[in-house]
Amino acid sequence: MPFKSTVGDYQTVATLETFGFLPPMTQDEIYDQIAYIIAQGWSPLVEHVHPSNSMATYWSYWKLPFFGEKDLGVIVNELESCHRAYPDHHVRLVGYDAYTQSQGSCFVVFEGR
Amino acid sequence: MAKKYESGVKEYRDTYWTPDYIPLDTDLLACFKCTGQEGVPREEVAAAVAAESSTGTWSAVWSELLTDLDFYKGRCYRIEDVPGDKEAFYAFIAYPLDLFEEGSITNVLTSLVGNVFGFKALRHLRLEDIRFPMAFIKTCMGPPNGIVVERDRMNKYGRPLLGCTIKPKLGLSGKNYGRVVYECLRGGLDFTKDDENINSQPFQRWQNRFEFVAEATNLAQQETGEKKGHYLNCTAATPEEMYERAEFAKELGQPIIMHDYITGGFTANTGLAKWCRKNGMLLHIHRAMHAVIDRHPKHGIHFRVLAKCLRLSGGDQLHTGTVVGKLEGDRQSTLGYIDQLRESFVPEDRSRGNFFDQDWGSMGGVFAVASGGIHCWHMPALVAIFGDDSVLQFGGGTHGHPWGSAAGAAANRVALEACVKARNAGREIEREGRDILLEAAKHSPELAIALETWKEIKFEFDTVDKLDT
Repeated sequence: MPFKSTVGDYQTVATLETFGFLPPMTQDEIYDQIAYIIAQGWSPLVEHVHPSNSMATYWSYWKLPFFGEKDLGVIVNELESCHRAYPDHHVRLVGYDAYTQSQGSCFVVFEGR
Repeated sequence: MAKKYESGVKEYRDTYWTPDYIPLDTDLLACFKCTGQEGVPREEVAAAVAAESSTGTWSAVWSELLTDLDFYKGRCYRIEDVPGDKEAFYAFIAYPLDLFEEGSITNVLTSLVGNVFGFKALRHLRLEDIRFPMAFIKTCMGPPNGIVVERDRMNKYGRPLLGCTIKPKLGLSGKNYGRVVYECLRGGLDFTKDDENINSQPFQRWQNRFEFVAEATNLAQQETGEKKGHYLNCTAATPEEMYERAEFAKELGQPIIMHDYITGGFTANTGLAKWCRKNGMLLHIHRAMHAVIDRHPKHGIHFRVLAKCLRLSGGDQLHTGTVVGKLEGDRQSTLGYIDQLRESFVPEDRSRGNFFDQDWGSMGGVFAVASGGIHCWHMPALVAIFGDDSVLQFGGGTHGHPWGSAAGAAANRVALEACVKARNAGREIEREGRDILLEAAKHSPELAIALETWKEIKFEFDTVDKLDT
């Protein structure tokens, strides 16, 4: 009987930090994450960058943080507008926490190519 | 009014039991669980603890009258029953601020838990909690970076961090060790860790390890596009060697080093923390030897005290136990002391073992590290218990994967992210944990195999050290 290994080969993947190991989110799943950000009292913020520069600390802001915005639809529109304006860029959504000056949430919604 | 010198032995309670005393905001307060020898009244035992941990000695001495001892003495101001224990009682003691050197945890512990623990009138003694006054806290540097800065340096947001201790813990050459680091990091972990036993042994000298590890972390970072680090253990035989190792880690461009704060000692730890602040390095803290001191419910020092002391002495990450893994840890009690590491104010809450309100002011927070016998099935409970400001640290739960450490790491990462995503979406992750993991495994063969491998492993023993209820 020929030898058959049960060991798989793990291929290294380039990922973009949080949620990088999950399949792309559906529209509804993105809504859930935005709702979480808003419920925590954080400000939604959209950032984008060319993939060649994805490890940079500073990605470009899309406009300004949406301070105090509570409408999920507004944030989805802004994510899509940013993606249309920079189709080859990564676009990420941040839940900015002014109290800690940190990001309570941060994940890439559109991957640039 | 000047007092007269009367030689001889006085009862401690005449001087050190002061039930009318109202503690000052600047007093350092301590709660001891005391078990006295049979026949010795509680007040006398409690007063003896106050005396022997502050200004007292067994006999009156003339030289006391050269100073105002009433200004310097520790006072027992309250005695309470211990719920469910007829022998023991809590003694609350207030110490004036001037008994302690500014910024010295070493000095605080030498005073509070020095001679008194061997005192003959006591059968057992346990330091349950310390309320550090803000006036003392402000003299300590605390964490070199704190949680917010560590997240910014490592670019990790919105989730707990993932780590893994390199195994086998002893016996790998530097090059083989670096290989295991590389495998874990390319698989999706944020950090790997030197086992605490790894210092600089004949099979792997520290400099050789540091060089191979630096190559491994740099390569993994380059290939994955994510920030990576390895806790390079700088614990050494002498402070000079410790600093030499820390300097070399910095020279190699590494982001984080490590220290064992109880075996290494508080003086070494505080010094290294200050070096880290000055040199922009993160500091991971291991706690070897803690269970010798903190596990017995009637004798020793509770870990919440050791955790508070570490936050003051300085560290950016501290091991806290896992609640769910192979090592001892009661859930409520663990939640109580991880609050002490991370929050800016922790209210008195006996149900979590916190005996005092503790204000931390502007002092940075410390990541709670959950490490020891954990694997993918534990992930929902770990995320629920520890929240985002934690490092979930695997060992066998990464390396033991049938495909090796990289696949094991990927399984850990998928499980973590699935739990965080589900939590954010409003699901009850502890109750629905099984479904969440099985759904995630549909997209990840690495996770599916991990779940199959560890499905039977449980660590269900009762904890030895429970909260008093």
